[in-house]
Amino acid sequence: MSKFYNLTKGILKENPIFVIVLGMCPTLATTSSAMNGLGMGLATTFVLLGSNVVISLMARFIPDKVRIPSYIVVIATFVTIVDLVMQAYTQSLYEKLGIFIPLIVVNCIVLGRAEAFANKNNVLESALDGIGMGLGFTFALTLLGSVREVLGGGSIFDHKFINGDGILVFILAPGAFIALAYLIALFNKIKK
Amino acid sequence: MAKVESNFKNMTLTLLVISLVASAALGLVYQSTKEPIAKAQMAKINSAIEAVVPEFNNQPFEESYKVEVDGGELIFYPAKKDGQLVGTAVKTFSKNGFSGLIELMVGFLPDGSINKIAVVSHKETPGLGDKMEPKKSNFSIQFEGRNPENFKLKVKKDGGDVDAITASTITSRAYCDAVERAFKALKEGGAK
Repeated sequence: MSKFYNLTKGILKENPIFVIVLGMCPTLATTSSAMNGLGMGLATTFVLLGSNVVISLMARFIPDKVRIPSYIVVIATFVTIVDLVMQAYTQSLYEKLGIFIPLIVVNCIVLGRAEAFANKNNVLESALDGIGMGLGFTFALTLLGSVREVLGGGSIFDHKFINGDGILVFILAPGAFIALAYLIALFNKIKK
Repeated sequence: MAKVESNFKNMTLTLLVISLVASAALGLVYQSTKEPIAKAQMAKINSAIEAVVPEFNNQPFEESYKVEVDGGELIFYPAKKDGQLVGTAVKTFSKNGFSGLIELMVGFLPDGSINKIAVVSHKETPGLGDKMEPKKSNFSIQFEGRNPENFKLKVKKDGGDVDAITASTITSRAYCDAVERAFKALKEGGAK
């Protein structure tokens, strides 16, 4: 039961975007289309999984006073791996996400999970937590990206279904805030 | 579980070991992705060249040469069929984009007229500025077959001959700027 809970809590109950409201910078900036949101979400999921596993293994051997720098080195390593791999195999997505891939290092969710969960729990639970939180993040980003792409460009995953333009403001920065606010409101309503 | 004490020796050792392992891991990933990254980049350039010049049978990538211009350098890729120059692809850029650098591949015929234009990379707004990509709108078609000698590379708002993308005048201006830069370099002895 508790293992199942660790895996699924990130998707709805403790969704990093809609409930905990962490990692807003990449959330608002990269979700101008559904594909970008999905790519960013999956990249972050990989980092979360990797850093959660490694940190839960190492936590016992790290002196308390240097734990944050240690975690950051681990996280940065995984981010650089994602960065290089994406550059090699998904070049066009890599270029669209640009600076936000390296910036996963400072995503509050990743360090937050390391500090709040991985260093106190065993490997399996930390891995499940990482996957769950990552999928929750991916789900939120893809949903937000879809909403913005549908309203702003009349397309989804680059498949156009209306002729002409949508409501352009949703593609631009203000649209990110508006769409996110409505999604959080909707989420709160559903949760009750 | 017993925590490691936070004394100088433990902290130094921990950070040292973590950094060493991290750098070793990254070195490994770097080595193994180096080739795919170079390949992906070359494939991208090659497909852009193929898209903008008439059929050729040489290796433009290997015969490329650089021309210095204001604020950067343009790369020329001569396309030849059986030794005869059939066109020159010029990788050009503009720093005036709405969000960052725009890189285009402009294909010129030997007489100096534009054959086709492809977009190499950009960070313009999806749904607005990204309409400069040939598959997303007809914007780039108006340049085809034009000779910049008698086709003013400026948007109509600025007294030129180019129909700007609706709601993306800045992107359209930058696009013209990049094409203009390529043409100037070509005229000033770029074509060999």
